[in-house]
Amino acid sequence: MNKIAVIDYGMGNLHSVAKALEHVGAQLGLPTEIVVTPDPQLIAAADRVIFPGVGAIRDCMAEINRLDVGRIVRQAIESKPVFAICVGMQALMSRSEENGGVDCLGIIDGQVRYFGDALKDDSGHRLKVPHMGWNEVQQCTAHPLWKGIPDRSRFYFVHSYYVPHDEDSIERGVTGIAHYGKEVAAVISRPNLFATQFHPEKSQEAGLTLLRNFLQWDGQG
Amino acid sequence: MGLAKRIIPCLDCENGRVVKGVQFVDIRDAGDPVEVAKRYCDAGADEITFLDITASHEGRETTVHTVEAIASQVFIPLTVGGGIRTLEDIRAMLNAGADKVGINTAAVTNPDFVRAAAERFGSQCIVVAIDAKRVSGADEEPRWEIFTHGGRNPTGLDAIEWARKMVEFGAGEILLTSMDKDGTKSGFDLALNRAVSRAVQVPIIASGGVGTLEHLAEGVLEGEADAVLAASIFHFQEYTIGEAKDFMAQRGIEVRKI
Repeated sequence: MNKIAVIDYGMGNLHSVAKALEHVGAQLGLPTEIVVTPDPQLIAAADRVIFPGVGAIRDCMAEINRLDVGRIVRQAIESKPVFAICVGMQALMSRSEENGGVDCLGIIDGQVRYFGDALKDDSGHRLKVPHMGWNEVQQCTAHPLWKGIPDRSRFYFVHSYYVPHDEDSIERGVTGIAHYGKEVAAVISRPNLFATQFHPEKSQEAGLTLLRNFLQWDGQG
Repeated sequence: MGLAKRIIPCLDCENGRVVKGVQFVDIRDAGDPVEVAKRYCDAGADEITFLDITASHEGRETTVHTVEAIASQVFIPLTVGGGIRTLEDIRAMLNAGADKVGINTAAVTNPDFVRAAAERFGSQCIVVAIDAKRVSGADEEPRWEIFTHGGRNPTGLDAIEWARKMVEFGAGEILLTSMDKDGTKSGFDLALNRAVSRAVQVPIIASGGVGTLEHLAEGVLEGEADAVLAASIFHFQEYTIGEAKDFMAQRGIEVRKI
């Protein structure tokens, strides 16, 4: 039995990610049990962990701190595969510019930045914020979770703040990049951690393949 | 290459059934929103919008179950609109698996509802639906106003000002329907779309009037829309989503191919 805990700290819709995991578990013929819970014991007992997040970082971090989710996530990464999604990925960083500046978990060094109100593409056209919709993800390093996913496949993004792809990317473990007026770290990975700015549970076949690969991942790069 | 322009089929549903007849020849039950949504998803739709026109309270329960059923099988973003009036309505739809909710009349009667909704659930899931009608004469500077109840009730609100206000209040996206064009199959109101798109920072979904693939392309190229919504041209199989994407790509528009 593959037990997957989706960490529920009261922020947003966890139905989608739970349903997507059920779906890919069934596709693989793997008996999969999904628990959506804030309970540290249930999360500790799981084989794999999902760290989701939507909404504003200040509210997310307030609940993360109140429920001591940081400790739960750190412990999980020490012992088993963890998949962080969207604001879940941003919460892993040192700090976010959102809401006037919010300290995050600091599991990954780096700042979460605002796209800016005057965002433009390479040819000078104005870009809307939030970055909402299907964008290409360039697989900048090899990773077992990319198996079966063509390079530059499109994934579904919705966010106004981003982790930059910059000179610290290699150290940070940036594994996928997107372009939207800026160079965006779309995926960060390290042993036992795969974090995406996009929503795999909303990214149809490409996203489902990523989740299928996650269910079979041993946590190694 | 960058962000793709989105194509969004819209399902009108009443008491858990698709109305305004979907006519797929090879579909088992064209009235089943789950089957129709799955079909569109497989065909390459970038999102699905589910518009609930159920009037009764009991019927709303059915809608929640329908949304749950769609969300269990369709792994692209799902927006649910129609009759969203309270934070509890939003919570119920999000818990059922909707990714975004569309707020229309309730935004007009109580704009602070949009603010409260965005604060509670995040702007990313709040779509404000704007129904606008041209009120200026042919030789005047174009002006549009907000109408409610399917275009019957004028509100006196200027559409551009209203869009700005809704974004300031926390709307993460605008679904803009021209009540002059809706149902005419004569194309979007491109001037309206362009004006609203330029006035706000958030993405605009153009809606109302699509009859041809050229209309979809125009919505993006001239209407400056970030996404295009259509119902009948897809429901009656005049065109497939794939044909729409091929056409838009030929016009130089970036689309997601599957």
